[in-house]
Amino acid sequence: MNTPITRLFLVVVGLFAILVVFTSRWTVFGAQKLQHNPKNFRAVLEEQRIHRGLIRAADGTVLARSVRRSDGTYTRRYPQNGLFAHAVGYSYTTLGRTGLEKSRNAQLTGNQGQFGSLLQQVTGSERAGDDVLTTLNPAAQRIALQQLNGRKGAVVALDPRTGAVKVMAADPGYDPNKIPDARVYGQLTSKSNQDAPLLNRSTQSGYPPGSTFKVVTAIAAIDSGRYTPDSILNGKSPHIISGTPLSNFNNEQFGDITLTTALTQSVNTVWAQVGEKLGKQTMKTYMDRLGFDAQPPLDLPSGELRASGEFRNGALLPPISRFVDVGRMAIGQDKLNVTPLQMAMVASAVADDGRLMKPHLVDRVVDRDGRTVDRVQPQQQSRVMSAASAQKVNQMMQNVVREGSGTAAALQGIDVAGKTGTAEVGRSCGPNQLWFIAFAPAKNPKVAVAATVECGQGTGGTVAAPIAKAVMQELLK
Amino acid sequence: MSARNRELLALIPASLLVTGGFTAVFIERHNVLSNGSLTYGLVFLGLCLAAHVLLRFTLPDADPYLFPLFAVLACVGLVMIYRIDETLARQQAQWFVIGLGLFAGTIVLLRDDYRVLERYRYTIAAAGLVLLLLPRVPGIGSQVNGAYLGVRLGSLTFQPAEFAKIAIIIFLASYLRDTRQLLVIGARRFAGITFPPLKYLGPLLVVWGAAMAMLFLIQDIGSSLMFFGGFLALLYVATNRLSFVTIGLGMFAAGSWALYQMRPTIQNRVDAWLHPFNTPLYDRVGGSYQLAQSLFAQADGGIFGQGFGQGLIQVSGQGGHMVQLLPAAQTDLIYAVITNELGLVGAVGVICTYLLAVERGFKIATLAKDSFSKLLATGLTAVFALQVFVIVGGVTKVIPLTGVTLPFISYGGSSILANFVLLALLLLVSDRARREVRS
Repeated sequence: MNTPITRLFLVVVGLFAILVVFTSRWTVFGAQKLQHNPKNFRAVLEEQRIHRGLIRAADGTVLARSVRRSDGTYTRRYPQNGLFAHAVGYSYTTLGRTGLEKSRNAQLTGNQGQFGSLLQQVTGSERAGDDVLTTLNPAAQRIALQQLNGRKGAVVALDPRTGAVKVMAADPGYDPNKIPDARVYGQLTSKSNQDAPLLNRSTQSGYPPGSTFKVVTAIAAIDSGRYTPDSILNGKSPHIISGTPLSNFNNEQFGDITLTTALTQSVNTVWAQVGEKLGKQTMKTYMDRLGFDAQPPLDLPSGELRASGEFRNGALLPPISRFVDVGRMAIGQDKLNVTPLQMAMVASAVADDGRLMKPHLVDRVVDRDGRTVDRVQPQQQSRVMSAASAQKVNQMMQNVVREGSGTAAALQGIDVAGKTGTAEVGRSCGPNQLWFIAFAPAKNPKVAVAATVECGQGTGGTVAAPIAKAVMQELLK
Repeated sequence: MSARNRELLALIPASLLVTGGFTAVFIERHNVLSNGSLTYGLVFLGLCLAAHVLLRFTLPDADPYLFPLFAVLACVGLVMIYRIDETLARQQAQWFVIGLGLFAGTIVLLRDDYRVLERYRYTIAAAGLVLLLLPRVPGIGSQVNGAYLGVRLGSLTFQPAEFAKIAIIIFLASYLRDTRQLLVIGARRFAGITFPPLKYLGPLLVVWGAAMAMLFLIQDIGSSLMFFGGFLALLYVATNRLSFVTIGLGMFAAGSWALYQMRPTIQNRVDAWLHPFNTPLYDRVGGSYQLAQSLFAQADGGIFGQGFGQGLIQVSGQGGHMVQLLPAAQTDLIYAVITNELGLVGAVGVICTYLLAVERGFKIATLAKDSFSKLLATGLTAVFALQVFVIVGGVTKVIPLTGVTLPFISYGGSSILANFVLLALLLLVSDRARREVRS
């Protein structure tokens, strides 16, 4: 009977091998699929047990911290309440995560992967997250929100030399400490709520840029070598552009004027002619370099970023498309939809001698013992134009603030370069989308800013310029 | 080196494991657990030593590796249960003491010649069947997730199937010793398949009928698979006829399919097995929640596991009371907890330990001289291996999840006691066989 016993043993070996195969299937090969199963809430429960790291402002102010509850789990608190709601986001078991809480989740939870956990096991240490230090400036952020003063809109301020985001303010906002309350969250997200307070208007909202886009056209005109700031064009109104007449603001008439004057007075007909002459291909080249038509490389979750550019039926349209009216695009009309972040990047590229630095919110990641585990090095996103061209556009933009439409942004003793924008949108809430983009000090720029207000009365120069001015003033202190 | 000295040496890794395990749990949770918790390790080592001394005097020639292997398994189980719930671990340790008593009793009682069991084979068979049916007796039977596996007497619950499996193996070993020749000689070939003679087919059909009746009555696919599988293993070894096994498997499959059509409880189990993430099945009481959570826990284990004592078993729900994330973590799902905390590496280690124990069991069967001893050792080993397969297979979604225990690891008095008896019987067979080989 020994032969069948041996065979029986082999059958058992086979059966146990099946068990090993299935165990490997669940633990290794199919593990990821199981971990992403919508019914699997283990990860969320695990994370509740983790002491998440802090999120801090550039000056050390705590923007988010974890507090221990009586049952040993942790929950999130936001000591600055709604001040940085959009950039920092929130992290709750019931609601998920947004903002930096989401994009930096791995570091905040101290997720070190398979071998890290093995090491942790051996050393027996508690899993604790790292702290994230941001580039954000609480004082300037507070001023930006005060200046918006309850009007819908957004302000983004960058350091043009590094791409560090100093201000990312959007109104309306919300208090992340209050949203775990289902009633509060329901109100914030209800379909009937036109305010969309959870929306980060600085990166998620696309607005017509109006005349601020003339800076893009100016960059293309000067750097392509086709025009100089002193090139003369005729500014009579209306002017036929792409077969239909285009008027200046208030149908104002201009004779033969320089491009500098045309930017200072924001003359539509001149810049539309420049756009037509440059053509779609040249415009596309410079738009691409400035980051249009692509998601910005900011360290927020990709779902909270959107590309800027021409849109048709909700989809991005390349600037060379036959559906694009290049003349009207050149003055910020046509089908352009841009984010405040994108326009701040335009100002930043001119400010930093034609270099566009990658925008970023995180400066470094620090572990519990204070060691820096990750430092974000400033990186150039693209070389948009030559330093000489940038200087010329810089001069043109200084003129706007000195004697043109942007005088409201002038700072005492500091040269400011800027451009206004007033896009007529004719929404029921108010007729205009108001813009101002700027940088200062003009000779040695330390801050680049974009401010916009939805549904406004008046012009970008009267409404948006003072907002940008106040933020720059604070950041240059 | 004598068998017993080898056993003593082999117990060293087991004792290191138990010391290491308890130290790990102690360090991990020293804020929650009392300093006295390390005494569990000492008690366990004391028990191992006591059993060793007992074997030294009663069964000096018995297999030296079987007991240490079982000790390793018991130690893994005790540490794991201790990590889940201190109170349960204390009870489990008490069961070990009682189990050891039963172990000693069995050995002392049957030391002269365990083959006296053959004389009582019908009594033993009847006792086994009664045990199996006890859970259906109104008033004392208890139903969990549709399966009738437990008996409740006052505050004690016990699982009679654990003992029934040994009784039935003793009976089958004895019965097949008598009839195995006849089954083979009288066999007829029909349509290319060898059928046993009708006269002896009767009793085999009875066994099949009993398995089907069991499936019908206790509504547990896993247990009936374990019993019927044990029977087929014995039948195969006794007759060396693969066709008998094929016929048996075919009949089992047909019977199971028929019962699947008839019994909604069985359908529910099978559906939960096939579609654990289906929302209605997942939300149903006794549905696929347990299996789904078992798989999620294993997925989090990865290769090296989350770390001892780090796994999530229960969570505080609304109102502060604890919610079982892994229902029956200390019994049915203990393999999932092991995989979660010790990873694939730990789980494969456990399976390998079982495989080594099974190898020793079959080795004993091959060494034994007489047919009854061979069949007894084979049957006990086979049913032990199948039990491991049934519960681990259930937890890993190889077969529908069942409420049987993982031998020596799961929490449970009946399981511990019955498996101590099983171990005693194997050692008894081994002692005799090796003594005969030597002389």
